[in-house]
Amino acid sequence: MMPDPEPQNRAPMLLSRYAESLFWMARYMERIENLARILDVTDTFVRHGADQSGWRSVLRINADEARFLEHYDEVNAANVAEFYLVDRENPTSILSSLFAARENARTLRPLISTEMWSQINIFYNRVRLLTPADAAPSRVSGLCAYLKEQCQSHAGITNGTFYRDQSWSFYCIGKFLERGDQTSRLVDIKYHTLLPTAEDVGSPLDVSQWHALLRAASGYHAYRRIHPSGMTPSSVAGFLLMNQSFPRSVTLCVRQIEIYLNQLSSSYGLRGAYAAQERLDELRAALMDQTIQQIIGRGLHEFLDWVQLQFIGLQQAVAENFWRKTDAAQGQTQSH
Amino acid sequence: MKGLLDGYDRGAFFCELMDCAAHDPAVALIAERLSQMDPAELIRRAEIAEIELFNQGITFTVYSDKDAIDRILPFDLIPRVLTSREWDVLERGVRQRVAALNAFIWDIYHDQRILKDGVVPAALVLGNANFRPEMVGLDVPLGTYVHVCGVDIIRDERGEFLVLEDNARTPSGVSYVLENRNMMRRVFPDLMDGIAVKPVGSYGMMLHAALTEIAPTDVAAPQVVLLSPGIYNSAYFEHIFLAREMGVPLVEGNDLVVEDGCVFMRTTAGLAPVHSIYRRLNDDFLDPDVFRPDSTLGVRGLIDSWRRGRVAIANAVGTGVADDKAIYAYMPRIIRYYLSEDPVLANVETHICGEPEGLAYTLANLEKLVVKPVGESGGYGLIIGPHATAAEIAAFRLQLQENPANYISQPMISLSVSPTLAGSKLAPRHVDLRPFSITGRKTWVLPGGLTRVALREGSLVVNSSQGGGSKDTWVLE
Repeated sequence: MMPDPEPQNRAPMLLSRYAESLFWMARYMERIENLARILDVTDTFVRHGADQSGWRSVLRINADEARFLEHYDEVNAANVAEFYLVDRENPTSILSSLFAARENARTLRPLISTEMWSQINIFYNRVRLLTPADAAPSRVSGLCAYLKEQCQSHAGITNGTFYRDQSWSFYCIGKFLERGDQTSRLVDIKYHTLLPTAEDVGSPLDVSQWHALLRAASGYHAYRRIHPSGMTPSSVAGFLLMNQSFPRSVTLCVRQIEIYLNQLSSSYGLRGAYAAQERLDELRAALMDQTIQQIIGRGLHEFLDWVQLQFIGLQQAVAENFWRKTDAAQGQTQSH
Repeated sequence: MKGLLDGYDRGAFFCELMDCAAHDPAVALIAERLSQMDPAELIRRAEIAEIELFNQGITFTVYSDKDAIDRILPFDLIPRVLTSREWDVLERGVRQRVAALNAFIWDIYHDQRILKDGVVPAALVLGNANFRPEMVGLDVPLGTYVHVCGVDIIRDERGEFLVLEDNARTPSGVSYVLENRNMMRRVFPDLMDGIAVKPVGSYGMMLHAALTEIAPTDVAAPQVVLLSPGIYNSAYFEHIFLAREMGVPLVEGNDLVVEDGCVFMRTTAGLAPVHSIYRRLNDDFLDPDVFRPDSTLGVRGLIDSWRRGRVAIANAVGTGVADDKAIYAYMPRIIRYYLSEDPVLANVETHICGEPEGLAYTLANLEKLVVKPVGESGGYGLIIGPHATAAEIAAFRLQLQENPANYISQPMISLSVSPTLAGSKLAPRHVDLRPFSITGRKTWVLPGGLTRVALREGSLVVNSSQGGGSKDTWVLE
């Protein structure tokens, strides 16, 4: 690499603790947006009578079914919405994720722009005041729209104000890791719920469910553009997993992570990225070297399970090499 | 048209605005502008300011079980104004005070001349809980111990500035000075129109410069950091603010490690050297090897590295002995002793009961005085003469005679007032002033300082925990 003659372009160093907080702030904000999308779409489709199992599948996507039933009698719209939107006892609720995002942002205030901090601060202080009545079925859709919008504001402000050094790479790795993980979970649960049962085989496919899946990932129109006619379960799964251009596909997320890991190792000379890069190579190869038909043929669920394990391994590789020593000090940043 | 300040009654106190308006045209103009304000508009602006402070997180956080509640330091948007003449006195006074504090601290940790000469009783210094024997014989860079100082100053009914307290450890509040100015520019720009007010924005740069000056001299570009106890500390906002203003990392104890006598921080690229530390952590917590062994906030080996001159620490360890109440009473003499100058800023009249004259005066005037125990050895509590019963005074008299060296006495202090938004009126409220100074090679004083205001009518307590707020402080050019 050419030596950079501009002193202001020399990359400043980054505290390990900040790298960890950036990674987690990004993950939590991304998690909130994904969850808001899923709740919104589920609300719409259950309301239209198309998918009564919708609320249960939200619990399954997040592996929260057992914990939910310890606190609520029944899986219904009101309970699941309350559990995920405003329940501060639930560590996977949007309120809890937002609290964690804000605590990380507070840690990062010396580093992030004032606008980034202010927006998260205002966002959290508003959500903190929500009550179960605000998560009532008639309000879920409006609330989810607000939550998505706030997450998008965060993304936009970050994009427009955050200094592009290694901090940005850690932020993006956290964000795309969460997004890829969420999309893989969504496909995993929905695909099997929606596949026609033996007695249904041959009857016309209920496409509205597949629409819902695409809409939850904000991918309906993109899918339509490249598949103008017809809709098959495998092509929807293929789109969400392997499409190279759709911003929420697992493949695109993996490629983004790859770009930012490469930046860490080559632009900033951080050898700590090597282990994560190796893990990522394996994941990328698995996504690139087979077709969706081959994957379904070998077992989609098994494949997605493996993908999720790869994401966990990836995160461990990043953590171990960049901030392992401060793990104990970061009580508020826990994995799920 | 009736003005907002028409019925304003400062009572027996000196008023920061109205008493200066009488002889300074710029202050008169500010008073006139304030007087013409529509009260509803003032209230609206005050509300905007409050919301902005909250949204920007210019707050201290109170943690409970599962939640974090933010509180703001109430902000009054009527500024406290100082003329350039007044500021000249304050600035010279603060400089002098800091020079004397540094000379005193050097002396007590080296030759102890002032103790041998009997100017300050040796027992008061050597027996003080804040005297650090670890510091004896240690040379600090540039002989500076107190890099950041915040001297609390009040104003009596004649308008004379008096020092109430020296804060030479880790004084806080400077972030509000800068943020209050930012806030005024946003919500009250018309008040400052055409009036030249000394800027305050260079504080971070000056602090960084001082921290660079004290860093090991063999390092070309010293790495400065701010050491904070972390996000649960009530002053965390200020730590963030100062780290940002200096452009340096805010580190916690866990981010630092000492290897081979040098301090490093843990970064994504491995350990990176640290040369100068602005610490916002008390002495006790800095290094478990030397001070509290149970401290998890500090850094093991830090003091050793400091002793070897591999890292600079501001403020130095052991400054607490100099801003103690016991030493405060001797500050005028300390100034004369080291600087051969009269104090620019007087103390609040203080009688040292350990001396015959002071004791005699105090015993004769107990019902008029506030008597305070000194040092950390106190224990008997203080007595406020005018509020005490005859029996209480009689009992206290015995205590005092038994151990007079343990006490000082002062008259009831009066604080000046400043017009403050109270409901829809401007009413007099008591204020004090904490100017901040930075000392590396030389001492620089931030123009103005933190004006704290007791928002409750009649109250003299300006502390934020007891109904205090703050104001922007203007020093006119």
